[in-house]
Amino acid sequence: MPDISRRRALTAAAALAATATAATVVAPAATAADHEHPMPMPQPPGHFDEVYKGRRIQGRPMSGGGHHHEHGGGFEVLVDGVQLHVMRNADGTWISVVSHYAPVATPRAAARAAVDELQGAPLLPFPAN
Amino acid sequence: MTVRKNQATLTVDEKKRFVDAVLELKRSGRYDDFVRTHNEFIMSDTDTGERTGHRSPSFLPWHRRFLLDFEQALQSVDSSVALPYWDWSTDRTLRASLWAPDFLGGTGRSSDGRVMDGPFAASAGNWPMNVRVDGRTFLRRSLGTGVRELPTRAEVESVLSISTYDMEPYNSAADGFRNNLEGWRGVNLHNRVHVWVGGQMGTGVSPNDPVFWLHHAYVDKLWAEWQSRHPDAGYVPTGGTADVVDLNETMKPWNDVRPADLLDHTKFYTFDS
Repeated sequence: MPDISRRRALTAAAALAATATAATVVAPAATAADHEHPMPMPQPPGHFDEVYKGRRIQGRPMSGGGHHHEHGGGFEVLVDGVQLHVMRNADGTWISVVSHYAPVATPRAAARAAVDELQGAPLLPFPAN
Repeated sequence: MTVRKNQATLTVDEKKRFVDAVLELKRSGRYDDFVRTHNEFIMSDTDTGERTGHRSPSFLPWHRRFLLDFEQALQSVDSSVALPYWDWSTDRTLRASLWAPDFLGGTGRSSDGRVMDGPFAASAGNWPMNVRVDGRTFLRRSLGTGVRELPTRAEVESVLSISTYDMEPYNSAADGFRNNLEGWRGVNLHNRVHVWVGGQMGTGVSPNDPVFWLHHAYVDKLWAEWQSRHPDAGYVPTGGTADVVDLNETMKPWNDVRPADLLDHTKFYTFDS
C-alpha cells in the first residue's frame, strides 16, 4: 500500500500547517482567557470553537469527505489544530482515541475529555506512527 | 499444553520470566507491532460499518486470537511462559500483588500519571512508548480515578447469566452477552476496567500497558465460563451479515482463521481452574 506513507505525510503536513495557524490565532485569546472557563463563539449547530484549559478545541463538518478514517459521522475534532480521532457510537455518544472506552454525550465533551487526558501534552497526528 | 494461571497465584520465578519475556519482545520491536495492530482496529471498527476487533460479535474470538499470537511470541522467547489472567472482580485494589514492583509496578504519580516503579517504569529505561497518540513517552496509569470501582463478582455473574451470545444490530447498541461483557451496555465489565486503569489503557494504544494482556486473558476466561454455562448457545450471527464476521467467515488481519476455529480454547490452552 504505497499511498499510505504519502497520505500520512500529507496528514502530518496539514496538521503542522493547522497547528501553526491555530497558534497564531489563539495566542492572544489564550493569554486573556481564564483557563478553566471555555470561551464559546457563535457557530452553526454542532460546531464549536473554544479555548478549554488553555487549548483551542474545534469541531466542524469534515472537509473533503471520503477519508479512510472518517468515523465521526462526517464530523472532525481538532485540539490546537491537530485532528483528534473521534467516533460516534450507535446510541449517539462519542469517544476519541485518547478516551476510547468511556463514551460522552457530544463531540465537544470528547474534545474536553481529550484535553483533560492530555495534561498539556501535544496530540500526534494519526495514524500513530 | 499452555496453562493460563490467575496472576495472583504466580511464583516469583513465574513473574520474572513473564516480565523478562515481555521486555525482550519490546527490545526486539515485536511488542510495538501488537500495539499498532490494536490501534488500527480500534480506529476502524465502527458501529455503522465494518467491525471486527471491537463493538461486534467477533470482539471475543478476535481478542482470543490476538492473545494467542502474543502468547506464542512470548513463548518464542521463553517456552515456559503463559499469559496470566487478572480477575479484577477479586483483586480490585491498588494493593493487589499485580501492581507490586516485582510484577507490573503501581499507579502513576498524581502530577503527570507517570508510573514510577516496576520493570515498565520509564526510569528503568526498558519501556519506551513508541506507538502513541500524544507526545508523552512514558507509561502512565491512574488506578481508580477515571472510575472508582472495578466490577464486582455479582456484576460478572449477572452478565454470565445472559443466555444469548449477541443480538442485532451486532454493535455497541446490542443486547446479549458479548456487548454486556464488552461494556457498551449494562453494568459494563471490559470497558470499565480500561477506564479504571487509566493512562494508555484508556486509549486506542492500550496494549502499551502490559496489564492489557492480563485483562483480556480474564475477559477471554469469562467467555469460556459463559460457554460452559450455556452449552446450547453458540456464536452468532451464523451467515450473511454485512460488515460483521459470521461464524464461518475469516477475520482480519489474519484472513485464515474463523470464529468457528476459536470457540474451543482447549485446543490452545487450559485454565488453572
